[in-house]
Amino acid sequence: MKNSIKEEKESVTILFAGDSGDGIQLTGSEFTNTAAAYGNDISTFPNFPAEIRAPQGTLAGVSGFQLHFGSVELFTPGDNCDVLVVMNAAALKANLKQLKPNGTIIANTDGFDSKNLRLSKYPEGVNPLTDHSLDKFKLIQLDITKLNRECLKESGLGTKDMDRSKNMFVLGLIYWMYNRELDKTINFLKEKFKKSPELIDANVKTLKSGFHYGETSEVFTSNYEVKAAQLPAGNYRNIMGNQATAIGLIAAAQKSGLELFYGSYPITPASDILHELSKHKNFNIKTFQAEDEIAAICSAIGASFGGSFGVTASSGPGIALKGEALGLALMLELPLLVINVQRGGPSTGLPTKTEQADLFQALYGRNGESPLPVIAASSPSDCFEAVFEACRISIEHMIPVIFLSDGYIANGAEPWKFPQTKDIKAIVPPFIDASDVDKENFKPYKRDEKLSRPWAIPGTKGLEHRIGGLEKENETGNISYDPDNHEFMVKLREEKVQRIANYIPLQKIDSGNDSGKLLVIGWGSTYGAIKTAVHELKNEGIEVSHLHLRYLNPLPKNLEQLLNNFENILIPEMNNGQLLQILRAAYLKDAKGLNKIKGLPFTVDEIKVKIREMLNTNE
Amino acid sequence: MNNTSENIKEKQLSAKDFATDQDVRWCPGCGDYSILKQVQSILPEIGVKREDVVFISGIGCSSRFPYYMNTYGMHSIHGRATAIASGLKATRPDLSVWIITGDGDALSIGGNHFIHLLRRNFNVNILLFNNEIYGLTKGQYSPTSPKGQITKSTPMGSLDHPFNPLAVSLGAEGTFIARSMDRDPKHLREILLRANNHKGTSLVEIYQNCNVFNDGAFEVFTEKGTKADETIFIEQAQPLIFGQNKDKGIKLDGFKPVVVNLNQESANDLWVHDETDRVKAAMLVRFFSDQTQTERLPRPFGVFYREERYSYEEALAAQTMDALNKKGKGDLDSLLAGKNTWSIR
Repeated sequence: MKNSIKEEKESVTILFAGDSGDGIQLTGSEFTNTAAAYGNDISTFPNFPAEIRAPQGTLAGVSGFQLHFGSVELFTPGDNCDVLVVMNAAALKANLKQLKPNGTIIANTDGFDSKNLRLSKYPEGVNPLTDHSLDKFKLIQLDITKLNRECLKESGLGTKDMDRSKNMFVLGLIYWMYNRELDKTINFLKEKFKKSPELIDANVKTLKSGFHYGETSEVFTSNYEVKAAQLPAGNYRNIMGNQATAIGLIAAAQKSGLELFYGSYPITPASDILHELSKHKNFNIKTFQAEDEIAAICSAIGASFGGSFGVTASSGPGIALKGEALGLALMLELPLLVINVQRGGPSTGLPTKTEQADLFQALYGRNGESPLPVIAASSPSDCFEAVFEACRISIEHMIPVIFLSDGYIANGAEPWKFPQTKDIKAIVPPFIDASDVDKENFKPYKRDEKLSRPWAIPGTKGLEHRIGGLEKENETGNISYDPDNHEFMVKLREEKVQRIANYIPLQKIDSGNDSGKLLVIGWGSTYGAIKTAVHELKNEGIEVSHLHLRYLNPLPKNLEQLLNNFENILIPEMNNGQLLQILRAAYLKDAKGLNKIKGLPFTVDEIKVKIREMLNTNE
Repeated sequence: MNNTSENIKEKQLSAKDFATDQDVRWCPGCGDYSILKQVQSILPEIGVKREDVVFISGIGCSSRFPYYMNTYGMHSIHGRATAIASGLKATRPDLSVWIITGDGDALSIGGNHFIHLLRRNFNVNILLFNNEIYGLTKGQYSPTSPKGQITKSTPMGSLDHPFNPLAVSLGAEGTFIARSMDRDPKHLREILLRANNHKGTSLVEIYQNCNVFNDGAFEVFTEKGTKADETIFIEQAQPLIFGQNKDKGIKLDGFKPVVVNLNQESANDLWVHDETDRVKAAMLVRFFSDQTQTERLPRPFGVFYREERYSYEEALAAQTMDALNKKGKGDLDSLLAGKNTWSIR
């Protein structure tokens, strides 16, 4: 480093891109862990194809990992990147538009041979590395494949195995650029390849070579310093959304004293919750990979009937399959948590892309009048608190709850100021005290002030009873086809959901004043982009406020009043305007939508442009 | 002292104690009444407390069953009783779980869950009421209806090749496979008791007469005039003998079962039933569909197959114990913190 100049940066966005076999996700997550441990604030956005291995070198096969790290608080993975690392021509073509003007391209020249250029559909004879089309960027060309093979030539490994570690060369290089230590990744490699010492040696060697190459070669004139962020004091860790969801479930089980039963069927992007929970069986968690989505939710219902806390997770198409059973759970009035890690589109849609288009499905996607509480998380770390809340409501109110996450926050990562067990409030399951009941006249659907019923589980002597999906008489739970009773029960179940509003916090404004010209309302994973946009505009002196909904049903009691304090309302959503319709219908407000349906999260800029347009403050 | 009198009281439970105050609403003459009666009568004998018994059903006439049992119960949704019971049994191995289902419920809409329950071998009992018709939806053919059956949805005859429930169950790796019928209460009772005693999934197919939409579907097996020649009651270690005068038997000609006349041939050559023989069970369940063959085989009743195999809930509990032993009781604070943390002051 002796000859290089050190520059200080507030925040940097790096986009690693390559073929889906190039180890891009691993490279990105290793850099994330190292930056997080150093104390940077971070936000990440993995973006990968739906195919396990799309044809090599093609545009369809490009896998990307965008990572924003800084010495300031960050809420998004960054609109555009400062550094674009491309392992081949397709990765460059697919991601170049993401690069900031004057940004740096690190290109693996080996990935720009005639075959790669043809596969990525560059015109015959055109090579972007040599035709000056990249002149406005800082282009660094390295034959990474060759450099890597050179450094491993005495390793005894075959060419194929050698090439597999070239992502570590890149990572080492980036570690040098941003002045990071290698030890975290070296420990990771030792753990990952503990059964093949030769692979540990090769990967560590290539990682170090990348680092030293940055130091000794003349290609880089400077490296950069991104200092630790000034986050609120406390203990931090790095966390991904699905991981936070899984930990939130475990915390809810511990804090309620219930055994957690997780029945699920693999689906992108929800499967990681199953993977995470399966690792923690010593928390007395039972995970069950069911034969299909219907069995997954039904097994969870069975578990809840038996006195455990049944949880199931899926993504939109799987939730569609669970619909009928969800209606059953609603009639049974048992605790049950249904997690929907949303992805793009109807049917199979865009399995690996993000969207928040299942809000209507969550609210209305069942037959009959079947209202249920719906709660949404707003960021990877928020998944913990939001899912814990969802569990609390489900257990304490004896009702199935739908928890909405999405692919963006499920796979994204950020630092998390994690709580301590003692600071997490207890959840109280409404188990019935059998000695307290008149057993002759036990009424399984007798309600308390929350309108919820007692939880009498099999094995409790004297409280034997039958429940089911047929309409039931209030209190006794006996089957009833009485028309008046049915209308009464429909309204009662709706009222039961509405009363939950008495047991959730009042809505707060996230940033800005409590009244003014424009309120931006968001829900779910648009949080970071909206928050950043509002912050940046406020810094320019523009008056705008941000409110973010966690509770989508019932809505917070003071929401209407807050809405009335603003002249205009903007609702950015990664869908065609679902919350927009709900709030318009609920409060007769002429709110405006900003809708993005591209399978991609909002950029900060997109939201800023719309806010300016609404406030007529276009520069 | 109190305990002792409690125990005595429990031992004195009778079939009546398992009946509820709900009116039983099956059609008059329905075969379900007989099954209900047998179930209610064996429960006081099996040594399980009433509060530890759970009946779970799907949808259909048979699935009203739980309402008539004074135990815990759930009348759920089409075809899903097996899936619900799986989650219940996984978390509550202590309960005695009974699944009540019909031919449509178990084999059509719930076919998937049915086979997976069998292969996992949860220790539950499935009572499959087979009447070869959809009763509750008023008379469409079911997956067990014979080809050509005229029903409301098949006025020109059903084209579907019927399911053989026991062959399906055996193919799904079931560990206890039996058949009985509503019109033979004594036999039904015996099979129910054996199903209860089996550790693992017990599948009992019960021929049940729907006297409204499919009356007489099993008449040849249940009525006096034909029963003896059309049925064979298989019993462990006993030769396969049947017929009005116990004069017919079944022997194996290579892999082909043939009916022999015992007046002409020795009983010593007959097939002797072995419930643990999977290969022979596969043949026995095939005494089934081809009613046109010249040498018609009688329909077997009894326990076709049983094997001892670990139950899912046992293995699941063992895994949890194993995790506890290896890692110690889960500590939430260390889970929250994870492996890499840093502090900001």
